Amino acid sequence: MIIDENARYMESHEWARPGDGVYFIGVTDYAQSTLSDVVYVELPEIGDRIEKDEQFGVIESVKAAADIFSPLSGEVVAINERLEDEPELVNASPFEDGWLIQIKPTQLEDEWDTLLSPLEYKEVVEAEEASH
Amino acid sequence: MTEPLIYELSVPGREGVKPPQLDVPPAELPAELLRDDLPLPEVSEIDTVRHFVRLSQLNYAIDKGMYPLGSCTMKYNPKVNEVAARMPGFLGAHPLQNPETVQGALYLMYHLQEALKTITGFAGVTLQPAAGAHGELTGVLIMRKYHLDRGDTKRDIILVPDSAHGTNPATTSMSGLNVVEIPSDERGNVDIEALKTQVCDRVVGIMITNPNTLGLFEEQIEEVTQLIHGCGGLVYGDGANLNALVGVMRPADVGIDVMHFNLHKTFSTPHGGGGPGSGPVGVAEHLVEFLPGPIATLVGATDEGYPVFDLHKPEKSIGRLKAFWGHFGVLVRAYTYIRMLGDAGLRGVAEHAVLNANYLLSRVRDVYPLPYDRICKHEFVVEGKFENAPGIRALDIAKRLIDYGVHPPTNYFPLIVHEALMIEPTETESKRSLDAYAEILLKIAAEAQAEPELLHGAPHNSPVRRLDEVTAARNPVLRYEHEF
Amino acid sequence: MVYVPHTDDERRAMLASIGVDRIEDLFSDIPQEHRYPELGLPPAASELEILQELRDLAAANLNAYEVPTFLGAGAYRHWAPSVVDYIISRGEFATAYTPYQPEISQGTLQAIFEYQSMICDLTGMEVSNASHYDGATAAAEAVIQALNVFRMKRRKVVIAPTVHPQYREVVRTYTQGMGLEIVGDDDLTRSLEEVVALVDKETACLILQSPNFFGEIELLEGLGGLVHEMGNGALLAVATNPISLGLLNPPGAFDVDIVMGEGQPLGLGLNFGGPYLGFYACRKKHLRQIAGRLVGEAHDVEGQRGYALTLTTREQHIRRERATSNICTNQGLMMLAATVYLSVLGKQGLRKIAELNYHKAHYAAQEIDTLDTFSVVNTKPFFNEFVVRCPAPVEEINDFLLSDYPIEIIGGYDLGRDYPHLQNHMLVAVTEMNSREEIDDFVSALAEDEAHEVIGGHTHD
Repeated sequence: MIIDENARYMESHEWARPGDGVYFIGVTDYAQSTLSDVVYVELPEIGDRIEKDEQFGVIESVKAAADIFSPLSGEVVAINERLEDEPELVNASPFEDGWLIQIKPTQLEDEWDTLLSPLEYKEVVEAEEASH
Repeated sequence: MTEPLIYELSVPGREGVKPPQLDVPPAELPAELLRDDLPLPEVSEIDTVRHFVRLSQLNYAIDKGMYPLGSCTMKYNPKVNEVAARMPGFLGAHPLQNPETVQGALYLMYHLQEALKTITGFAGVTLQPAAGAHGELTGVLIMRKYHLDRGDTKRDIILVPDSAHGTNPATTSMSGLNVVEIPSDERGNVDIEALKTQVCDRVVGIMITNPNTLGLFEEQIEEVTQLIHGCGGLVYGDGANLNALVGVMRPADVGIDVMHFNLHKTFSTPHGGGGPGSGPVGVAEHLVEFLPGPIATLVGATDEGYPVFDLHKPEKSIGRLKAFWGHFGVLVRAYTYIRMLGDAGLRGVAEHAVLNANYLLSRVRDVYPLPYDRICKHEFVVEGKFENAPGIRALDIAKRLIDYGVHPPTNYFPLIVHEALMIEPTETESKRSLDAYAEILLKIAAEAQAEPELLHGAPHNSPVRRLDEVTAARNPVLRYEHEF
Repeated sequence: MVYVPHTDDERRAMLASIGVDRIEDLFSDIPQEHRYPELGLPPAASELEILQELRDLAAANLNAYEVPTFLGAGAYRHWAPSVVDYIISRGEFATAYTPYQPEISQGTLQAIFEYQSMICDLTGMEVSNASHYDGATAAAEAVIQALNVFRMKRRKVVIAPTVHPQYREVVRTYTQGMGLEIVGDDDLTRSLEEVVALVDKETACLILQSPNFFGEIELLEGLGGLVHEMGNGALLAVATNPISLGLLNPPGAFDVDIVMGEGQPLGLGLNFGGPYLGFYACRKKHLRQIAGRLVGEAHDVEGQRGYALTLTTREQHIRRERATSNICTNQGLMMLAATVYLSVLGKQGLRKIAELNYHKAHYAAQEIDTLDTFSVVNTKPFFNEFVVRCPAPVEEINDFLLSDYPIEIIGGYDLGRDYPHLQNHMLVAVTEMNSREEIDDFVSALAEDEAHEVIGGHTHD
């Protein structure tokens, strides 16, 4: 299982990572493997304002639909348009090509430190795997 | 073995059955309103018959063999019901005819309402809902309106056990209400302590399935209904599993206020590959005035003493749920069934449904893990996984059953049991067919250890093998594409 | 015991395997005071007896196929080729469940795929679902789809008074908990132009019917664009009669977002109102918000083509409280009947049926219009239904046709029941089933009724 050392995490398996003056947001390798083959990704529109912990999209496999929650508050400045035709990118490359949205954070200083570190997230996943 | 699409059998210029010749002077057609192309197939009558007969042969059906889909009550569909429903006087009645000219149909509806009241203990019944989920919507809207009518406007929550069918929460949302989920306890019942923390003056009611989707009777059902009534709420009974109780217990007697019945489950009407169903709703006295209508009503008698029926809408009705009066053709079948069984026959239905489920469970329980070890009702849930066969899932077992010529159980439901196999044999299966099914399940368990690849690759000899549903969902092809 | 095959020996062996003595022991968890109530149903009948009882009941109904009938209003007397009932009677179709196991349900699944294709062809739309309960509930699902397209952020719905009154009522029943503002039919005399003018940027959809409840064909050209513009993307949903689409431009040829309606004319009997068939089609861009089942093409590991339920994440068993609708059945057998009907009539047959309806309705209208005190009031082109202004209450005229005229005739629908301003107006339906003789009899009967009126009214009570 891959964990990106430069990202911060939520217990609901989303990640956020700085890059190019914005923040990329996606779902983790563990999330994509639990969902299995992703067939559809529903994303917000550019310009939408989202709050931390707010649901901003849905990822669907054949038999399941998972709500996606935002690790940070901010304005959506880009969405990953490739996912419309290639939702499988979320499976193949959850931290790189399979990113979901980019946002310009509005409360980064308050919010960033409330997110899980890579090590803390690893523990969350291990605990979850043990319970199954 | 597959069958071409009917479009692929089409030949330009070929005609099927021929309509009659025009026997009146033609009117002028409004040229600007006419379509220039109608791309329907062009096939002959025999093409059509052969195509659909061949398609029919690709289906599994109750008429072919045991179909133990949990929660679906796939019992035998008596053929006399089909003869009854096709009688010309039923088939040919227009729903808006003068009621005086459809007294036979209204008599049947009235007496079916009465029979359902007798069987369940409710004070009123509507036959209008078209299916179980439609009945749920009816019931929840009735509960909502009951509170509003009393000026109690703050209630917005429906409690739903975590073992419930997905229609319960979906119906709640459609009704503009919010779902609060209640966990199950270690015996598979609604967790009473958890329920106590949720009862309050915002509760519209609870939706409860009894026996629940684990096939277990809710042992504290009366405590549940008392708790809900205590906070002013109402109890909705999901009648999906009434086959376990018909003739044995009247749901109204334990405090259920409103409930739908699936005529296509409990009362033997055919499922038709997904419909038409019929989901009449029964209600206790305090909810009768909110029923959707119109409802068949006895209004008097003729001079000769024959009863006279009419259709009436209750005073504070939530409104009509569909056009006309209900799935009348399905009602005829259910009426026929109830008339042929009577009190003892209906009790025998529940008794043998429960006997069959417990017997089949007794045959497989040493091999298939049983998450809740109790006497079950009409169905039971085991897990489709084995310690000595890692990697085998419920899905593999289900697909392997197909190779043996029987229908798999419901799998992956209820959600609270991982790898669930939910088995409902129904009362119409004999010991012989149950034994055969048990033998197959045991054989598959042995294969799971010895030859797991047989299961992973199953089914091997069905008309098609496992389909790639991922690609189908990523690039949906939902219709025939014409080549112009 | 009827339908229960067990012998006493088998019961004993089964109880022993379970480890209990009596069947009653399996019910010990049921509260004792409520166990085994006395029901008191009528005594069980044998098959022979119940069929006799039902024959008597069926005979107590007047069969609309056996007498001249001019009643429609949402349920129509049409001819169904014999093939239709033959196919839907087959146990392989009738006694199968929802096709959750595609490997052994290809018959049902392919039939649904063919149905979806034919509904798209008929309506001119891109996507069809596997059907709803009936036309009225399909109209309600159209409203809910539109609300979902706007993520429940728009709460206004406009509905024309010319939509079937029962459809309008079902829309209100379904949505009573959603806090909607439903306008348009609050004034039953509003014209189409006045209704369209009510669409604004808070509007989720406009619901129309064409041919409308009065049989009239609405001009859809340009209407979709207008609604989209006035409503900032608001959807236009049109209910229609599928037989009319054998002849008329399909709504999908114009900028319409949802087309639905009552599929009963496609080979289904009158059946005292059901089961019928709600057909439903929309644009591909709104695919994610459509309710009900969808079947898609798929391939198996050997590359064989097959069909499976798809995009099921929209549905209640996965999405639960966030599903697009709570529906889980479709009208399986009725949908199959429509598919067989459209196959065996096909491209040419459906066109001919539609033309027969059109010509016969216009012949009837023309003949009725020659009477002194009856007149056809439609001002727009109509299909197979039209409105007749009568010299007396419709109920009285219908009583005369049924009871006092030498042959029994089922007259048209009394529009005054739903439209107070249309007292004494009859909605008359004419299909391919009405022979010229039937139509002429009907007109003669109305003429005789007219004569009764002139000499001092009806004698019946």
